[in-house]
Amino acid sequence: MEIRWYIGLAVALFSIGVMGVLTRRNAIIVFMCIELMLNAVNLLLVAFSKMHALSPVGLTNPSVVSNAQIFVFFIMVVAAAEVAVGLAIIVMMYRNTHVVDINFLNRLKN
Amino acid sequence: MNPQDVWITFPELLVWFPLLAGLVCFLFKDNSKVKSWVLLASILTLCISFASLYFSDDAKYLALNKASYTLKYMNNGSFILGLDGMGRLLTLLTAFAFPIIFVATYNTPYKSAKNFYGLMLLAQSGLMGVFTAMDAMSFYFFWELALIPVYFLSSQWGGERRIQATFKFFVYTFAGSLLMLIGIIYVYLHTININGNGHSFALYAFAGVRLNPTEQNWLFWLFFIAFAIKMPIFPFHTWQPDAYEQAPTATTMVLSGIMVKMGLFACLRWLLPIFPQATIKFDTIIIGLSVIGMLYASIIALKQDDLKRLVAYSSIAHIGLMCAGIFTKTEVGLQGVMLQMFCHGINIIGLWIVIELIERQTGVRKISQLGGVAHKAPILTILLVVIALANIALPLTNAFIGEFMLFNGLFAFNKWYAAAAGISIILAAVYTLNMIQKVFYGEENSITTAIKEIALHEKIILSVVVVLIFMMGVYPQPMINLTKATVEALMLKFN
Amino acid sequence: MDNVLQMVWLIPLLPLIGFLINGLGRNSLSKRMSGIIGSGVILFSFLLSLYVFFNVKGGNSHLAHYFNLIDINSFTIGFDFQIDPLSSLFLLIITGVGFLIHLYSTAYMHAEDGKDYAKYFAYLNLFVFSMLLLVMGGNYVILFIGWEGVGLCSYLLIGYWFKNVNYTNAAKKAFVMNRIGDLGFLLAVFWLLNKLGTTNFTDVFANLSKLSTTDITGITLLLFVGATGKSAQIPLFTWLPDAMAGPTPVSALIHAATMVTAGIYMIARSNVLYNLAPLTQEIIMWIGLATALLAATIALKQNDIKKVLAYSTVSQLGFMFLALGTGNYIAAVFHVMTHAFFKALLFLGSGSVIHGMHHEQDINNMGGLKSKMKITYITFFIGCLAIAGIPPLSGFFSKDSILIGAYEHNKIVYAIALFTACLTAFYMFRLLFITFNGKFRGTQKQWNHVHESPAAMTVPLIILAVLSAIAGFVNIPALFGGTESLTHFLSPVIQQTHQTTLSHATEYMLMGGAVVLISAVISWAYFKFKNYEPKEETSSFGKTLENKWYVDEFYNSILVKPLQAIAAFFNTIVEKKGIDGMVNGVGKVVNYGSRQIRLLQSGQIGHYVLLMVLGILVLLIIQLFF
Repeated sequence: MEIRWYIGLAVALFSIGVMGVLTRRNAIIVFMCIELMLNAVNLLLVAFSKMHALSPVGLTNPSVVSNAQIFVFFIMVVAAAEVAVGLAIIVMMYRNTHVVDINFLNRLKN
Repeated sequence: MNPQDVWITFPELLVWFPLLAGLVCFLFKDNSKVKSWVLLASILTLCISFASLYFSDDAKYLALNKASYTLKYMNNGSFILGLDGMGRLLTLLTAFAFPIIFVATYNTPYKSAKNFYGLMLLAQSGLMGVFTAMDAMSFYFFWELALIPVYFLSSQWGGERRIQATFKFFVYTFAGSLLMLIGIIYVYLHTININGNGHSFALYAFAGVRLNPTEQNWLFWLFFIAFAIKMPIFPFHTWQPDAYEQAPTATTMVLSGIMVKMGLFACLRWLLPIFPQATIKFDTIIIGLSVIGMLYASIIALKQDDLKRLVAYSSIAHIGLMCAGIFTKTEVGLQGVMLQMFCHGINIIGLWIVIELIERQTGVRKISQLGGVAHKAPILTILLVVIALANIALPLTNAFIGEFMLFNGLFAFNKWYAAAAGISIILAAVYTLNMIQKVFYGEENSITTAIKEIALHEKIILSVVVVLIFMMGVYPQPMINLTKATVEALMLKFN
Repeated sequence: MDNVLQMVWLIPLLPLIGFLINGLGRNSLSKRMSGIIGSGVILFSFLLSLYVFFNVKGGNSHLAHYFNLIDINSFTIGFDFQIDPLSSLFLLIITGVGFLIHLYSTAYMHAEDGKDYAKYFAYLNLFVFSMLLLVMGGNYVILFIGWEGVGLCSYLLIGYWFKNVNYTNAAKKAFVMNRIGDLGFLLAVFWLLNKLGTTNFTDVFANLSKLSTTDITGITLLLFVGATGKSAQIPLFTWLPDAMAGPTPVSALIHAATMVTAGIYMIARSNVLYNLAPLTQEIIMWIGLATALLAATIALKQNDIKKVLAYSTVSQLGFMFLALGTGNYIAAVFHVMTHAFFKALLFLGSGSVIHGMHHEQDINNMGGLKSKMKITYITFFIGCLAIAGIPPLSGFFSKDSILIGAYEHNKIVYAIALFTACLTAFYMFRLLFITFNGKFRGTQKQWNHVHESPAAMTVPLIILAVLSAIAGFVNIPALFGGTESLTHFLSPVIQQTHQTTLSHATEYMLMGGAVVLISAVISWAYFKFKNYEPKEETSSFGKTLENKWYVDEFYNSILVKPLQAIAAFFNTIVEKKGIDGMVNGVGKVVNYGSRQIRLLQSGQIGHYVLLMVLGILVLLIIQLFF
């Protein structure tokens, strides 16, 4: 399949993710959208890696093909760690304020 | 004399001794003993300064007059302190001024006096450092260092509006110094070390730097704005009247007697030798600004009611003349500046002493509220009249010789500027005589009936100032000889 | 020659020592001692000046160099004295008349208490010191040192009774007006120094060829500006009448005999320079003439005895400048000498009257004093004759040489000068007759108090009267068969390029005509004023004259008030709002900006994230396109 489908899908996913981060008020939904952005990037990286493998450079030099896929693993690990920390913060926040609305965290105003 | 025979040089002594004495001051518990200590320390500094005058033959005593260190941990940077003719003159002024200030303000009550006197000595050390610094980094270091004790002095012991005035003074001069720092670093990056590799902050390296004209132009302005704010000249002068008025009078003496000379000295040491082409290009503008400043300040002084502000504006006028003298780049102008720096320092300190005495006894500084002091304190009146007349450059006083030479240089530059600047001597006579008449002559009023004659030590110190005024007015040649070599070296740059 | 140089420094040093002794010891010296020290030093200086005078006859000129005041590579200014005929003549006048006035003051100032008495003599000695420096200086700078020194002493002495605000105002006015003149003088000195590299008289006059005509005209004009300030010519003359606030001997010494003649001395000294500047000489002549006329008209209507004499001094100084303007330097110096005698006499006489009238100075309250104050009356009468120019008194010879010089130059000038001479006679005799003749118009108490002054006051009057009478004989012109000794005495120093070309007959006619006119005027004054009754001034022209042509008010509105307005303007608008406003404005702008930027910290996470995204977008765009 042509690469542009994959790019289009990844861009769509990423934009949805950005929209979500910017507009949603529930902290957990914001986290989901962040995960969405990360996964969109992962998808794009895998697609490019496959494209690279089928290109003339990739055919002659097979070891460079897997660079992007290794990067995908890094991203997944980082996402997992970040989710762990972020959810812990949300739990603390919920314990203090009994809401998960991010608009309540404005004590650093001015 | 070899450098290894000498264990301490004069410039180092002059800088570190007041510093140590000041630090010792903070350890005192008893406020009354601190005054004697401070007096002793400042007189010792004066003796050191006199001794440095004796050993002034540079050919024989170079090792005594120059201290040079390499700071290995600062990228082999240099730390050079040295004394040449102009440096000797100004360190002598600093050394002279402080004992006079301490004796004159002996009876002034200061709360936590040990802190006050300690900070004054630290200020002296900083000022000595500026006048002896021979490389740009230590120059900048001492330039800022001299500012800090003054800031504390003004903000702790000053008048009612001291916080605003000191804040403005500090931020304004600091902003200027930052501009200078940018300039210093830029020039540093263009210097060539004495070994032929790397850069150097030393004065000789800066003086030998090769810059193209456009670079020289903006670098000149960066440096000059810093000095113009410090001097101050029109239109960078607005911090000065407030700062002088609100500071305690002893600090004002330091500010106007010595710190403004820092700006003039810096022009002579760090501006003219490094940027000669830019100086020639911009001299008309700067002399024009100075002359406008002289007239402007003199006219405003006519309307001042507060004694301190009157002397502050009068000081701006004098400094304007000196700045114009520097930029005429004539021998007589440069010689006049150097002499006048010393004379103006002494005269203005004398004036501040009198104002301090009046304020201490009556509690007011407003001319409109005073009058008839001459009845109660005739000796104070006589001494003040002499000092005030010296301030307006009456012949046979020291300021006459200085102003004569400065006006001569200005005339050689441009007749019309000299004529315009000359109007300020008329205005100076007007406001000075006005002040004398309103404060001292006439009938007494309720405020001034409380005045008594001044104490013996105050009479002595004012007489010392008066004797200096006449000595240098009748025979100024030794002072002129002191700075001859420096002036000749400067003139070489412009021929 | 060596003898003179060996002791010439004593001449100014003795008054300086007198100043120091009287000044520092004023609390402990008795009045007698102060008077003796103060007058004694002047007497010694006079004797030394006599010796010098006889030594410099024949044109011996001595140059004494003591030390270098300023010695730099570009030029050297030394502390030099130049003793030649001109300076020795002035030395005699200063110390001689000075001594007489000191003697007079010992009695006149007797009412002051000891401290102030000593202060007075200290100031007077300082004044004599400065004046001696002025005339003995060997270059323009030493001259200037003396020049400002006498200005200072004038300030100190006019404001001697400093409790009175009017007096101190007058002192301030004198000093400031002198300063205005001094600026001109200084600019001339700088000009000379720049072009010639020296200010020594001998060097300057030898190198005049290096100066262009603009240089010479500029320098001479600026020097003349200085002279107008010091010698009270238009436009800087209004300080002199106000200076009458000082004690009368001060007015006699400073404002009649010596300080005000400093300008004439300076121009006479620079005669070589002025001979090369005909334009300046014309200006000097016209200004001198105008001043003479203006002052004479004002003196006609003054009612204070000292003010009449003050305006008379201004007028006579105008005559001297008239002489200088026509190139007749020797006549000017001659008139300085005779004027010193008779004006000092007149002032001291008026002091005697004031003393006798117990400090009354309004002549409307006087009259008929001649019966009780005979010596004062006779000497005053001689003084008036001298100033009017009646032969054979001194004023005749000196004024006549001036008038003849004017006649040759410009007949209109001569006519106006002659008219002014007539006015001089008129107002002087008006003063004499109103004060001494007629009947007494004061209170009975005052009449009882009126007495002749003590010997210390009358002896100087007599000496000065004798001098006023015979001083003219030092320069009897050739037309009377005289030897013109003064002219010969001064000719080595003064290059008078102008010689009289009139025939003797014309001269006789002019002189005779002048004498006749003046005698007529005097007789008219006698008949008008011998039984004077004071009345209000009614005519508007008379009012103008009485109010000094409103010159003071004119200066006030043109100079003083605008200056005050400009100062107020600068102080409030430019300083506080303008420049300070800009500086404070920087602070305000920074404050405002920081407040606005602080609003970005809304505390809302959503905003922060949005900004983050926008930032990344911007970076991306920059990376891609630039």
